[in-house]
Amino acid sequence: MSDISSANSFSIDGQRIAFTPGQTILEAALAAGVYIPHLCHHPELTPHGSCKLCTVVVNGRNGSACTQKAMPGIEVENNSPALNDRRRVLLQMLFVEGNHFCPGCEKSGNCQLQALAYDLEMLTPHFRHAFPARPVDTTHPDVWLDLNRCVMCELCVRASRDLDGKSVFMLAGRGAESRIVVNSPSGLLGDSELSIDDRAAHVCPVGAILPKRVGYAVPIGQRQFDAAPISRQVDYLARRHIPIVPVTEELVK
Amino acid sequence: MNAPLTPRKLRVATASLSGCFGCHMSFLDIDERLLELAALVDFDRSPITDIKHCSQRCDVALVEGGVCNAENVHVLRELRANSKMVVALGACAVNGGLPAQRNHLDVGQCLQQVYRTPDGSTAIPNDPELPLLLDKVYPINEIVRVDYFLPGCPPSGDTIWKFMTDLLTGRTPRIEHPLLKFD
Repeated sequence: MSDISSANSFSIDGQRIAFTPGQTILEAALAAGVYIPHLCHHPELTPHGSCKLCTVVVNGRNGSACTQKAMPGIEVENNSPALNDRRRVLLQMLFVEGNHFCPGCEKSGNCQLQALAYDLEMLTPHFRHAFPARPVDTTHPDVWLDLNRCVMCELCVRASRDLDGKSVFMLAGRGAESRIVVNSPSGLLGDSELSIDDRAAHVCPVGAILPKRVGYAVPIGQRQFDAAPISRQVDYLARRHIPIVPVTEELVK
Repeated sequence: MNAPLTPRKLRVATASLSGCFGCHMSFLDIDERLLELAALVDFDRSPITDIKHCSQRCDVALVEGGVCNAENVHVLRELRANSKMVVALGACAVNGGLPAQRNHLDVGQCLQQVYRTPDGSTAIPNDPELPLLLDKVYPINEIVRVDYFLPGCPPSGDTIWKFMTDLLTGRTPRIEHPLLKFD
């Protein structure tokens, strides 16, 4: 690491991190193998800065590592008990706000929300559960939408708009009334332009948008976050791609 | 010289509220380690002993299941009043779990649907012996103070063993990868 100079590096928890101009703090950290918890970020999509799990302290001020650019010489506090306590509270609020029942969810083991909760040792959602009544949309032949599990990260909104060129999903409403809506005359997924080949059909970090008929093709216990905690899968987080080929055909066999 | 302290056995109570007894089965799944455990703990009120009420003050109460009816509330409050430490054992105790899937429905309409007879009338059981249902199924920490949580559906025998041995040896219990599971 002899090429790290003060002009192209900054520090995270005292460790020197090299960056290329234009990189965000999160991108530079992941590229250097340093884990910063995050949920609404995906390396193939533009940053959104909504989940706030990647909040770090930059030169004494809070900021989202996914939206803030890396600058020479900044000092970033990341893996501290205080920040991880706040991240755990954010996760707990996400859990009680929706209906997140892992035993009945086919995303379990591949779910980033669950993996983050495991890694931060969240034993309980702590707060009073909202138990909201939210709809499930199974009208599409290949994809289903379960808003009970939605965390409104807008990854599907961004993937559909920026990668698929379709704008199938959008966030509507404000505050507690916020929800993902589908761009179709009936508001149903089956009447939308969404196809199983779309990246928006595969980008969901939780179990809200799922391809049909492949639920447990990969058994529980052999899934992405079963082998190692998410914090030890930095390489995967930095390089992962949204599947372009539909997973349906090959996995169903 | 002081005489060495004689180790005192921990008194453990267990109960299943609105659960499936899966967490109790998982507890038995620690297999032959049960013998090791039996040397270190005494079971008080528990389906294992068939004791119905706490006979004296307990150290730990392991509570499986969420709170779905009035009887669950009574049992849970009795355990809280008689235990130094209440532990939510399993997904239902932690977040309501499977029984909580009725929570977005009206409990009255739920009963109307479930007890509908073929001729279209309803015959909802109404006996003083039957505990009344609550409007929702609640995680136990929304009814009483809870000291520790062991999530999982069920938490594995190894997870329960880790928790019990941490407790018995005086360590702060810690459940992490790969023992920490919500499913």
